[in-house]
Amino acid sequence: MEWLQQLINGISLGSIYALIALGYTMVYGIIKLINFAHGDVFMVGAFVGFYAIKGWGLGFFPALILSMAFCAVFGVLIERIAYKRLRNATRIAALITAIGMSLFIEYGTIYVRGAQPEAYPAGVLPSSSINLFGAHINSQALLILLVSVVLMIILQFIVQRTKMGKAMRAVSHDMEAARLMGINVDQTISFTFAIGSALAGAAGVIFGIYYTKIDPLMGVIPGLKAFVAAVLGGIGSIPGAMVGGIILGVVESIVSAMGFSLWRDAAAFLILILILIFKPSGIFGKNTREKV
Amino acid sequence: MKKAKQFLLFLVLSLVVYGVIQYLIQTGMLNPFYSNMIISITINVILAVSLHLVIGITGQFSIGHAGFLAVGAYVSAIVTMQWEMPFFVALIVGGVVATLAGLVVGIPTLRLRGDYLAIATLGFAEIIRITFLNIDYVGGASGMQVSHLTTWTSAFVCLFITVLVISNFTNSRHGRACIAIRENEIAADAMGINTTFYKVAAFALGSFFAGIAGGLYSHNFYIIQPTNFGFLKSFDILIFVVLGGLGSLSGAVISAVLLTVISTFLGEFPETRMIIYSVVLIVVMLYRPQGLMGTREITDLFKRSTAKGGN
Repeated sequence: MEWLQQLINGISLGSIYALIALGYTMVYGIIKLINFAHGDVFMVGAFVGFYAIKGWGLGFFPALILSMAFCAVFGVLIERIAYKRLRNATRIAALITAIGMSLFIEYGTIYVRGAQPEAYPAGVLPSSSINLFGAHINSQALLILLVSVVLMIILQFIVQRTKMGKAMRAVSHDMEAARLMGINVDQTISFTFAIGSALAGAAGVIFGIYYTKIDPLMGVIPGLKAFVAAVLGGIGSIPGAMVGGIILGVVESIVSAMGFSLWRDAAAFLILILILIFKPSGIFGKNTREKV
Repeated sequence: MKKAKQFLLFLVLSLVVYGVIQYLIQTGMLNPFYSNMIISITINVILAVSLHLVIGITGQFSIGHAGFLAVGAYVSAIVTMQWEMPFFVALIVGGVVATLAGLVVGIPTLRLRGDYLAIATLGFAEIIRITFLNIDYVGGASGMQVSHLTTWTSAFVCLFITVLVISNFTNSRHGRACIAIRENEIAADAMGINTTFYKVAAFALGSFFAGIAGGLYSHNFYIIQPTNFGFLKSFDILIFVVLGGLGSLSGAVISAVLLTVISTFLGEFPETRMIIYSVVLIVVMLYRPQGLMGTREITDLFKRSTAKGGN
């Protein structure tokens, strides 16, 4: 029953990727920008959660909510300071700004608190081994999965059922037309950043608890992989990001389980390149034709 | 006639620069710190100019240039250290293998555009790095010992050839085709330019010079490790090109020189260096998105008075 254990591990890891990928995909869907700084918002979320648990002695859920709130504000700040002026700039200028923002957050964090890693305190979540059909499954993995699923359901509710969600969908469909219909586009974009960053913050806390070690450069690789997940699922599509994240997590666990753990990161990028070459629109994406 | 005169001027100028610095190094007036900095500058200028061909001239946004640097560095190190061949053979072999890597990466990915191309090249660069990390023949994660063979002369000769080839390429019929692709790919296609061919050709040529730079790089630092070629290195090269101005060769050269000097002096404070880099990048993009030089060259500044008369 080794494979069942690996599958559950993969799905837990994948749900972290999915939470980050949601932010990527929503921001890309609305302003066509790969927000490189998103992986660093995830890192900031992990540190906020760490200080909340270790410094203030908060429990898991209060720390999670605090980190989400902090990251939401942080994400909106990034958008207001750096990206807002670039709405009409070239895509390359926006992309380079995003890279610059990402480096700034990483090295700003190192400058403020040093580069040394921190270990999440153990025992925040009860950890026991559950025996399911002969596989030993960590209860933390299940709880993490549960939290991720609940967050995704809340996100689906916001996007599909609320007025703000409707505005988000309208702006991502056609920004100009949405503006003519009286939608406050700037506010909607900020709201998108807030939600995406809050999810990244939540992913940061969950990642910290699951993998215990956090450091200021931890956001780079998960951030890139979450982007791979978003492309895999079809960028701009919310269910796509969830499915893409989980597929990526499972594939990585399988590669590790087969004894190629050093090649794990290469596998993710290989998936990205194959997807881009054979089906650039992803699993759930719509094909868009370029107009002259 | 005018072209020949320009070339002569370029030749004389570079000989003077070479001679002066060679004299200073030989007489010991430049201590090892400065002579090392000058070699780093040379390598970074080669990298910046080679990426300038891909991003600035052809308009293909590649952020995986460190991958080709890694290929050149490792292959040339293998040639000198394991096969015990001369240094210049190693440089050429490194460049050729990097070109092949460029073709392998470029042919599938250059069908993509903009952001997708950027991410795909980043992915390829990471795959290259992870591959070297997993090959025991080149030392894996602990890296590979390389003897110090890069001198000012060899670095300068490589730089001279790189700048000469790339500036001549830009002003040739093929370079014009690449610029047309940068300006509007669909229109260029409609004008009968084989866009795929030129994109791949520019990419391969850029990879070749990145490979040469890799050879110089590995023989300058005694040891190479896969971590030297992560995406931070790619971003470093990207910053040279973007800051100098997308489409300006002299801009790329100037910013590579400036930033290398700054980062050498900030070598003891790597965080400060990265913060300055990132703030510069953001501020330039917000207030001067075309970079310091735009698409102009430094020679344009002198041309204005003479060009009026017609040539």
